[in-house]
Amino acid sequence: MTATAEGVFGLAQAEREAALLPALTELTEHHRATCEPYDRILGSLGYAHGAEFGTVEEVPWLPVRMFKHHVLKSVPDDEVFKVLTSSGTTGAEVSRIYLDKQAAGDQPRYLGRTLQAVLGEKRLPMLMVDTIGIIKNRRSFSARGAGVLGMANFGRQHVYALDEDDKPDVEAIKGFLAKHGSEPFLIFGFTFMVWQYLYEVAREHELDLSNGILIHSGGWKKLIDRAVDNAEFRRAFAADTGLTRIHNYYGMVEQLGTVFVEGPSGNSLYCPDFADVVIRDPETWAEQPVGVPGVIEVVSTVPRSYPGHALLTEDLGVVHGVDDGDWPGKRFSVLGRLPRAEARGCSDTFSGGAA
Amino acid sequence: MALNDKLRDVFVEALGIDASVDVENLKYRDIEEWDSVGHMALVAAIEDEFDVEFATDQVIDMSSFKVAVDMLEGLGAKA
Repeated sequence: MTATAEGVFGLAQAEREAALLPALTELTEHHRATCEPYDRILGSLGYAHGAEFGTVEEVPWLPVRMFKHHVLKSVPDDEVFKVLTSSGTTGAEVSRIYLDKQAAGDQPRYLGRTLQAVLGEKRLPMLMVDTIGIIKNRRSFSARGAGVLGMANFGRQHVYALDEDDKPDVEAIKGFLAKHGSEPFLIFGFTFMVWQYLYEVAREHELDLSNGILIHSGGWKKLIDRAVDNAEFRRAFAADTGLTRIHNYYGMVEQLGTVFVEGPSGNSLYCPDFADVVIRDPETWAEQPVGVPGVIEVVSTVPRSYPGHALLTEDLGVVHGVDDGDWPGKRFSVLGRLPRAEARGCSDTFSGGAA
Repeated sequence: MALNDKLRDVFVEALGIDASVDVENLKYRDIEEWDSVGHMALVAAIEDEFDVEFATDQVIDMSSFKVAVDMLEGLGAKA
Protein backbone atom coordinates (compact mmCIF):
# COMPACT_ATOMS: atom_id res chain seq x y z
CA MET A 1 0.00 0.00 0.00
CA THR A 2 1.41 3.35 -0.95
CA ALA A 3 -1.27 5.73 0.21
CA THR A 4 1.28 7.68 2.20
CA ALA A 5 4.44 7.12 0.21
CA GLU A 6 5.11 10.86 0.47
CA GLY A 7 4.18 11.12 4.12
CA VAL A 8 5.66 10.00 7.39
CA PHE A 9 4.55 6.38 7.17
CA GLY A 10 7.13 5.36 4.61
CA LEU A 11 10.02 3.59 6.29
CA ALA A 12 10.29 -0.17 6.54
CA GLN A 13 11.57 -1.42 9.88
CA ALA A 14 15.21 -1.88 8.91
CA GLU A 15 15.46 1.56 7.28
CA ARG A 16 13.61 3.11 10.19
CA GLU A 17 15.97 1.67 12.79
CA ALA A 18 18.98 2.68 10.71
CA ALA A 19 17.68 6.25 10.66
CA LEU A 20 16.57 6.35 14.29
CA LEU A 21 19.65 4.87 15.92
CA PRO A 22 22.12 7.70 15.24
CA ALA A 23 19.44 10.30 16.04
CA LEU A 24 18.57 8.63 19.34
CA THR A 25 22.24 8.25 20.22
CA GLU A 26 22.78 11.95 19.57
CA LEU A 27 19.69 12.81 21.64
CA THR A 28 20.91 10.68 24.51
CA GLU A 29 24.21 12.60 24.54
CA HIS A 30 22.40 15.93 24.15
CA HIS A 31 20.17 15.23 27.14
CA ARG A 32 23.09 13.97 29.24
CA ALA A 33 24.93 17.19 28.52
CA THR A 34 21.96 19.43 29.29
CA CYS A 35 19.91 17.58 31.91
CA GLU A 36 21.95 16.78 34.98
CA PRO A 37 19.44 14.42 36.69
CA TYR A 38 19.16 12.43 33.46
CA ASP A 39 22.92 12.18 33.25
CA ARG A 40 23.04 10.94 36.83
CA ILE A 41 20.39 8.30 36.17
CA LEU A 42 22.25 6.98 33.14
CA GLY A 43 25.53 7.11 35.01
CA SER A 44 24.08 5.09 37.87
CA LEU A 45 22.88 2.50 35.38
CA GLY A 46 26.41 2.13 34.09
CA TYR A 47 26.12 3.94 30.77
CA ALA A 48 29.36 5.64 29.80
CA HIS A 49 29.34 9.01 28.06
CA GLY A 50 29.45 8.59 24.33
CA ALA A 51 28.04 5.08 24.58
CA GLU A 52 27.19 3.49 21.25
CA PHE A 53 24.08 1.40 20.86
CA GLY A 54 23.72 -1.52 18.49
CA THR A 55 19.95 -1.36 18.20
CA VAL A 56 17.05 0.95 19.07
CA GLU A 57 16.16 -1.53 21.79
CA GLU A 58 19.49 -0.84 23.53
CA VAL A 59 18.94 2.90 23.82
CA PRO A 60 18.36 3.65 27.53
CA TRP A 61 14.77 4.45 28.42
CA LEU A 62 13.07 6.20 31.31
CA PRO A 63 9.81 5.11 32.91
CA VAL A 64 7.25 7.89 32.28
CA ARG A 65 6.62 8.27 35.99
CA MET A 66 10.12 9.75 36.33
CA PHE A 67 8.56 12.95 34.98
CA LYS A 68 6.32 13.02 38.03
CA HIS A 69 9.11 12.75 40.55
CA HIS A 70 11.97 14.62 38.93
CA VAL A 71 12.52 17.89 37.13
CA LEU A 72 13.74 16.56 33.83
CA LYS A 73 14.48 19.33 31.40
CA SER A 74 17.21 19.94 28.89
CA VAL A 75 16.86 23.69 28.56
CA PRO A 76 17.98 26.45 30.95
CA ASP A 77 15.31 27.88 33.26
CA ASP A 78 15.12 31.16 31.39
CA GLU A 79 14.38 29.36 28.13
CA VAL A 80 11.45 27.38 29.48
CA PHE A 81 8.53 28.62 27.47
CA LYS A 82 5.78 26.32 28.60
CA VAL A 83 5.33 23.60 31.21
CA LEU A 84 2.76 20.99 30.36
CA THR A 85 1.29 18.88 33.08
CA SER A 86 -0.65 15.68 33.00
CA SER A 87 -2.12 13.78 35.86
CA GLY A 88 -2.29 10.42 34.15
CA THR A 89 -4.94 8.08 35.45
CA THR A 90 -3.77 7.28 38.94
CA GLY A 91 -3.19 9.52 41.90
CA ALA A 92 -2.70 13.24 42.06
CA GLU A 93 0.89 13.33 40.86
CA VAL A 94 1.49 15.17 37.63
CA SER A 95 4.13 14.82 34.98
CA ARG A 96 5.92 18.04 34.14
CA ILE A 97 7.08 18.45 30.58
CA TYR A 98 9.27 21.45 29.82
CA LEU A 99 9.20 23.07 26.41
CA ASP A 100 11.31 25.85 25.03
CA LYS A 101 10.07 27.96 22.14
CA GLN A 102 11.59 25.65 19.57
CA ALA A 103 9.96 22.56 21.06
CA ALA A 104 6.60 24.28 21.38
CA GLY A 105 6.81 25.15 17.70
CA ASP A 106 8.10 21.78 16.49
CA GLN A 107 5.49 19.72 18.21
CA PRO A 108 2.44 20.75 16.12
CA ARG A 109 4.51 20.35 12.96
CA TYR A 110 5.29 16.71 13.73
CA LEU A 111 1.68 16.09 14.67
CA GLY A 112 0.62 17.85 11.49
CA ARG A 113 2.83 15.78 9.22
CA THR A 114 1.61 12.62 10.89
CA LEU A 115 -2.11 13.30 10.70
CA GLN A 116 -1.91 14.66 7.18
CA ALA A 117 -1.20 11.10 6.15
CA VAL A 118 -4.84 10.34 6.82
CA LEU A 119 -6.42 13.78 6.46
CA GLY A 120 -4.63 15.31 3.51
CA GLU A 121 -3.51 18.94 3.41
CA LYS A 122 -6.90 20.52 3.15
CA ARG A 123 -8.58 21.54 6.37
CA LEU A 124 -12.01 20.00 6.48
CA PRO A 125 -15.07 21.24 8.33
CA MET A 126 -14.67 19.84 11.80
CA LEU A 127 -17.07 18.41 14.33
CA MET A 128 -15.53 18.43 17.80
CA VAL A 129 -17.06 15.83 20.07
CA ASP A 130 -16.51 18.02 23.08
CA THR A 131 -17.70 21.24 24.58
CA ILE A 132 -16.29 24.68 23.83
CA GLY A 133 -16.16 25.07 27.60
CA ILE A 134 -13.09 22.82 27.59
CA ILE A 135 -10.95 25.60 26.10
CA LYS A 136 -12.60 28.57 27.76
CA ASN A 137 -10.23 28.88 30.66
CA ARG A 138 -7.10 29.84 28.78
CA ARG A 139 -4.86 29.81 31.82
CA SER A 140 -5.35 26.17 32.70
CA PHE A 141 -6.22 23.66 30.08
CA SER A 142 -6.89 20.14 31.05
CA ALA A 143 -5.22 17.45 28.99
CA ARG A 144 -8.58 17.20 27.23
CA GLY A 145 -8.54 20.90 26.38
CA ALA A 146 -4.99 20.69 25.09
CA GLY A 147 -5.96 17.74 22.92
CA VAL A 148 -8.93 19.58 21.46
CA LEU A 149 -6.84 22.65 20.73
CA GLY A 150 -4.01 20.68 19.20
CA MET A 151 -6.45 19.10 16.79
CA ALA A 152 -8.31 22.29 15.92
CA ASN A 153 -5.58 23.26 13.42
CA PHE A 154 -6.61 20.38 11.19
CA GLY A 155 -10.15 21.59 10.67
CA ARG A 156 -12.18 24.65 9.95
CA GLN A 157 -15.62 25.95 10.82
CA HIS A 158 -15.48 24.03 14.08
CA VAL A 159 -18.76 22.96 15.60
CA TYR A 160 -18.93 21.53 19.10
CA ALA A 161 -21.18 18.50 19.57
CA LEU A 162 -21.71 19.08 23.27
CA ASP A 163 -23.22 22.06 24.98
CA GLU A 164 -21.57 23.71 27.95
CA ASP A 165 -23.21 21.27 30.34
CA ASP A 166 -21.55 18.36 28.52
CA LYS A 167 -24.88 17.29 27.04
CA PRO A 168 -25.14 16.31 23.37
CA ASP A 169 -26.29 19.26 21.31
CA VAL A 170 -28.32 17.35 18.76
CA GLU A 171 -29.33 20.49 16.90
CA ALA A 172 -25.72 21.59 16.57
CA ILE A 173 -24.74 18.17 15.19
CA LYS A 174 -27.68 18.16 12.78
CA GLY A 175 -26.88 21.72 11.69
CA PHE A 176 -23.26 20.74 11.03
CA LEU A 177 -24.30 17.73 8.96
CA ALA A 178 -26.89 19.72 7.01
CA LYS A 179 -24.18 22.18 6.04
CA HIS A 180 -21.17 19.91 5.59
CA GLY A 181 -22.38 16.30 5.63
CA SER A 182 -22.44 15.81 1.89
CA GLU A 183 -18.69 16.36 1.54
CA PRO A 184 -15.72 15.02 3.49
CA PHE A 185 -15.60 16.31 7.03
CA LEU A 186 -13.50 15.69 10.10
CA ILE A 187 -14.64 14.43 13.48
CA PHE A 188 -12.42 14.56 16.52
CA GLY A 189 -12.97 13.44 20.07
CA PHE A 190 -11.92 11.23 22.92
CA THR A 191 -12.91 7.63 22.36
CA PHE A 192 -15.47 7.24 25.14
CA MET A 193 -17.04 10.61 24.36
CA VAL A 194 -17.27 9.79 20.67
CA TRP A 195 -19.07 6.59 21.57
CA GLN A 196 -21.31 8.02 24.22
CA TYR A 197 -22.16 11.35 22.66
CA LEU A 198 -21.80 10.84 18.94
CA TYR A 199 -22.43 7.19 18.17
CA GLU A 200 -25.44 6.86 20.43
CA VAL A 201 -26.92 10.16 19.29
CA ALA A 202 -26.27 9.38 15.63
CA ARG A 203 -27.93 5.99 15.93
CA GLU A 204 -30.93 7.37 17.74
CA HIS A 205 -31.43 10.18 15.26
CA GLU A 206 -30.34 8.14 12.22
CA LEU A 207 -27.61 10.60 11.29
CA ASP A 208 -25.51 9.93 8.21
CA LEU A 209 -21.79 10.16 9.00
CA SER A 210 -20.60 8.37 5.87
CA ASN A 211 -18.49 11.31 4.65
CA GLY A 212 -16.76 11.69 7.99
CA ILE A 213 -13.16 10.94 8.92
CA LEU A 214 -12.97 10.22 12.63
CA ILE A 215 -9.79 10.76 14.62
CA HIS A 216 -10.08 9.57 18.22
CA SER A 217 -7.91 8.70 21.17
CA GLY A 218 -8.01 8.04 24.87
CA GLY A 219 -8.37 4.33 25.36
CA TRP A 220 -11.12 1.84 25.95
CA LYS A 221 -11.19 1.65 29.72
CA LYS A 222 -14.35 3.70 30.09
CA LEU A 223 -16.10 1.57 27.49
CA ILE A 224 -15.41 -1.82 29.02
CA ASP A 225 -18.75 -1.73 30.85
CA ARG A 226 -20.48 -1.38 27.52
CA ALA A 227 -18.50 -4.22 26.00
CA VAL A 228 -17.14 -1.91 23.33
CA ASP A 229 -13.67 -2.58 21.99
CA ASN A 230 -12.04 -1.26 18.84
CA ALA A 231 -13.57 -3.90 16.57
CA GLU A 232 -17.07 -3.30 17.92
CA PHE A 233 -16.58 0.47 17.73
CA ARG A 234 -15.69 0.26 14.05
CA ARG A 235 -18.40 -2.26 13.28
CA ALA A 236 -21.16 -0.28 14.98
CA PHE A 237 -20.19 3.06 13.44
CA ALA A 238 -20.08 1.51 9.98
CA ALA A 239 -23.35 -0.37 10.38
CA ASP A 240 -25.39 2.36 12.05
CA THR A 241 -23.96 5.64 10.78
CA GLY A 242 -22.02 4.75 7.61
CA LEU A 243 -18.79 6.03 9.14
CA THR A 244 -15.90 3.81 8.02
CA ARG A 245 -12.86 6.10 7.92
CA ILE A 246 -11.85 5.77 11.55
CA HIS A 247 -8.36 6.32 12.93
CA ASN A 248 -7.60 5.73 16.55
CA TYR A 249 -4.30 7.13 17.74
CA TYR A 250 -2.03 6.64 20.73
CA GLY A 251 0.41 9.10 22.22
CA MET A 252 1.84 10.27 25.51
CA VAL A 253 1.83 13.78 26.95
CA GLU A 254 5.42 12.98 27.84
CA GLN A 255 6.20 12.59 24.14
CA LEU A 256 4.23 15.42 22.67
CA GLY A 257 3.99 15.67 18.90
CA THR A 258 4.44 11.95 18.40
CA VAL A 259 1.32 9.91 17.74
CA PHE A 260 0.87 6.34 16.58
CA VAL A 261 -2.00 6.13 14.13
CA GLU A 262 -4.42 3.35 13.28
CA GLY A 263 -4.18 2.34 9.63
CA PRO A 264 -7.11 2.35 7.21
CA SER A 265 -7.97 -1.31 7.74
CA GLY A 266 -8.19 -0.89 11.49
CA ASN A 267 -6.99 -2.70 14.58
CA SER A 268 -3.31 -1.85 14.22
CA LEU A 269 -1.42 1.30 15.19
CA TYR A 270 1.54 2.37 13.07
CA CYS A 271 4.64 4.38 13.95
CA PRO A 272 5.55 7.54 12.05
CA ASP A 273 9.02 7.43 10.51
CA PHE A 274 10.58 9.44 13.35
CA ALA A 275 9.27 7.04 16.01
CA ASP A 276 9.07 3.40 16.97
CA VAL A 277 7.80 1.11 19.70
CA VAL A 278 9.59 -1.62 21.63
CA ILE A 279 7.41 -4.11 23.51
CA ARG A 280 9.30 -5.26 26.60
CA ASP A 281 9.05 -8.30 28.83
CA PRO A 282 8.13 -6.90 32.27
CA GLU A 283 10.43 -9.41 33.97
CA THR A 284 13.60 -9.13 31.93
CA TRP A 285 12.92 -5.90 29.94
CA ALA A 286 14.10 -7.71 26.81
CA GLU A 287 12.14 -7.06 23.63
CA GLN A 288 9.22 -9.44 23.22
CA PRO A 289 8.77 -11.40 20.02
CA VAL A 290 5.91 -10.51 17.67
CA GLY A 291 2.60 -11.59 19.15
CA VAL A 292 3.75 -11.63 22.79
CA PRO A 293 2.31 -8.84 24.97
CA GLY A 294 4.52 -6.66 27.12
CA VAL A 295 5.12 -3.13 28.33
CA ILE A 296 5.13 -0.49 25.61
CA GLU A 297 8.23 1.66 25.18
CA VAL A 298 7.72 4.61 22.86
CA VAL A 299 10.70 6.01 21.01
CA SER A 300 10.77 9.32 19.14
CA THR A 301 13.33 11.78 17.86
CA VAL A 302 11.03 14.75 18.63
CA PRO A 303 11.82 15.51 22.32
CA ARG A 304 14.84 17.83 22.58
CA SER A 305 13.85 20.08 25.48
CA TYR A 306 13.39 17.19 27.92
CA PRO A 307 14.77 13.63 27.90
CA GLY A 308 11.66 11.95 26.54
CA HIS A 309 13.06 10.28 23.44
CA ALA A 310 12.80 6.75 24.89
CA LEU A 311 10.04 6.24 27.42
CA LEU A 312 8.66 3.16 29.06
CA THR A 313 4.91 3.69 29.31
CA GLU A 314 2.61 2.10 31.85
CA ASP A 315 0.59 0.49 29.08
CA LEU A 316 0.55 -3.06 27.84
CA GLY A 317 0.74 -3.69 24.15
CA VAL A 318 1.56 -6.24 21.51
CA VAL A 319 3.21 -6.06 18.11
CA HIS A 320 1.07 -7.88 15.55
CA GLY A 321 3.54 -7.83 12.71
CA VAL A 322 6.40 -5.98 11.03
CA ASP A 323 6.26 -4.57 7.49
CA ASP A 324 3.14 -6.60 6.77
CA GLY A 325 0.27 -4.14 7.17
CA ASP A 326 -1.27 -1.00 5.65
CA TRP A 327 1.96 0.91 6.20
CA PRO A 328 5.57 -0.21 6.80
CA GLY A 329 7.18 -0.78 10.19
CA LYS A 330 5.76 -2.37 13.30
CA ARG A 331 2.02 -2.54 13.76
CA PHE A 332 0.72 -2.90 17.28
CA SER A 333 -2.19 -2.58 19.66
CA VAL A 334 -2.51 -1.11 23.12
CA LEU A 335 -4.05 -3.71 25.43
CA GLY A 336 -4.63 -1.54 28.47
CA ARG A 337 -2.92 -0.25 31.57
CA LEU A 338 -0.20 -2.13 33.32
CA PRO A 339 -1.29 -3.52 36.69
CA ARG A 340 0.02 -1.10 39.30
CA ALA A 341 2.45 -3.42 41.00
CA GLU A 342 4.34 -3.98 37.79
CA ALA A 343 4.49 -0.27 37.11
CA ARG A 344 5.99 0.23 40.54
CA GLY A 345 8.50 -2.45 39.65
CA CYS A 346 9.86 -0.66 36.63
CA SER A 347 10.26 2.52 38.60
CA ASP A 348 12.23 0.62 41.23
CA THR A 349 14.53 -0.63 38.54
CA PHE A 350 15.61 2.92 38.13
CA SER A 351 15.57 4.32 41.63
CA GLY A 352 17.60 1.28 42.65
CA GLY A 353 19.83 1.84 39.68
CA ALA A 354 22.72 -0.37 38.74
CA ALA A 355 25.06 1.25 41.21
CA MET B 1 -0.60 49.01 1.93
CA ALA B 2 -4.31 48.37 2.09
CA LEU B 3 -3.86 44.65 2.74
CA ASN B 4 -1.76 45.37 5.82
CA ASP B 5 -4.35 47.83 7.10
CA LYS B 6 -7.19 45.41 6.70
CA LEU B 7 -5.20 42.58 8.24
CA ARG B 8 -4.26 44.79 11.17
CA ASP B 9 -7.94 45.39 11.82
CA VAL B 10 -8.65 41.66 11.65
CA PHE B 11 -5.88 40.98 14.18
CA VAL B 12 -7.15 43.63 16.57
CA GLU B 13 -10.72 42.39 16.31
CA ALA B 14 -10.07 38.62 16.37
CA LEU B 15 -7.52 38.70 19.18
CA GLY B 16 -9.40 41.34 21.12
CA ILE B 17 -6.33 43.51 21.54
CA ASP B 18 -5.87 47.23 21.93
CA ALA B 19 -5.40 49.14 18.69
CA SER B 20 -2.24 50.65 20.18
CA VAL B 21 -0.44 47.29 20.01
CA ASP B 22 2.33 47.22 17.40
CA VAL B 23 0.45 44.64 15.37
CA GLU B 24 2.71 44.69 12.33
CA ASN B 25 5.64 43.43 14.37
CA LEU B 26 3.60 40.94 16.36
CA LYS B 27 4.70 37.33 16.61
CA TYR B 28 2.74 34.30 17.73
CA ARG B 29 2.77 34.04 21.53
CA ASP B 30 4.35 37.51 21.96
CA ILE B 31 1.21 38.53 23.80
CA GLU B 32 -1.12 36.37 25.82
CA GLU B 33 -4.07 37.11 23.52
CA TRP B 34 -2.27 35.39 20.64
CA ASP B 35 -2.08 31.92 22.14
CA SER B 36 -3.42 28.73 20.63
CA VAL B 37 -7.03 29.69 21.37
CA GLY B 38 -6.54 33.14 19.92
CA HIS B 39 -4.84 31.58 16.91
CA MET B 40 -7.91 29.51 16.11
CA ALA B 41 -10.12 32.60 16.15
CA LEU B 42 -7.57 34.60 14.18
CA VAL B 43 -7.24 32.05 11.38
CA ALA B 44 -11.02 31.79 11.06
CA ALA B 45 -11.37 35.59 10.95
CA ILE B 46 -8.65 36.01 8.30
CA GLU B 47 -10.22 33.31 6.15
CA ASP B 48 -13.61 34.99 6.42
CA GLU B 49 -12.41 38.51 5.80
CA PHE B 50 -10.13 37.71 2.88
CA ASP B 51 -12.16 34.83 1.48
CA VAL B 52 -9.20 32.42 1.47
CA GLU B 53 -8.54 28.93 2.79
CA PHE B 54 -5.29 28.07 4.50
CA ALA B 55 -3.82 24.58 4.44
CA THR B 56 -2.96 22.90 7.75
CA ASP B 57 0.74 23.70 7.32
CA GLN B 58 -0.06 27.36 6.83
CA VAL B 59 -2.13 27.48 10.00
CA ILE B 60 0.77 25.95 11.90
CA ASP B 61 3.36 28.17 10.21
CA MET B 62 1.50 31.46 10.65
CA SER B 63 3.91 32.66 13.29
CA SER B 64 3.77 36.43 12.81
CA PHE B 65 1.79 39.23 11.27
CA LYS B 66 4.39 39.47 8.52
CA VAL B 67 4.13 35.77 7.71
CA ALA B 68 0.34 36.18 7.50
CA VAL B 69 0.80 39.04 5.02
CA ASP B 70 3.09 36.90 2.87
CA MET B 71 0.65 34.00 2.95
CA LEU B 72 -2.25 36.22 1.95
CA GLU B 73 -0.26 37.72 -0.90
CA GLY B 74 0.71 34.21 -1.97
CA LEU B 75 -2.96 33.28 -2.10
CA GLY B 76 -3.71 36.35 -4.18
CA ALA B 77 -5.88 37.88 -1.48
CA LYS B 78 -7.13 41.42 -1.99
CA ALA B 79 -7.85 43.91 0.71
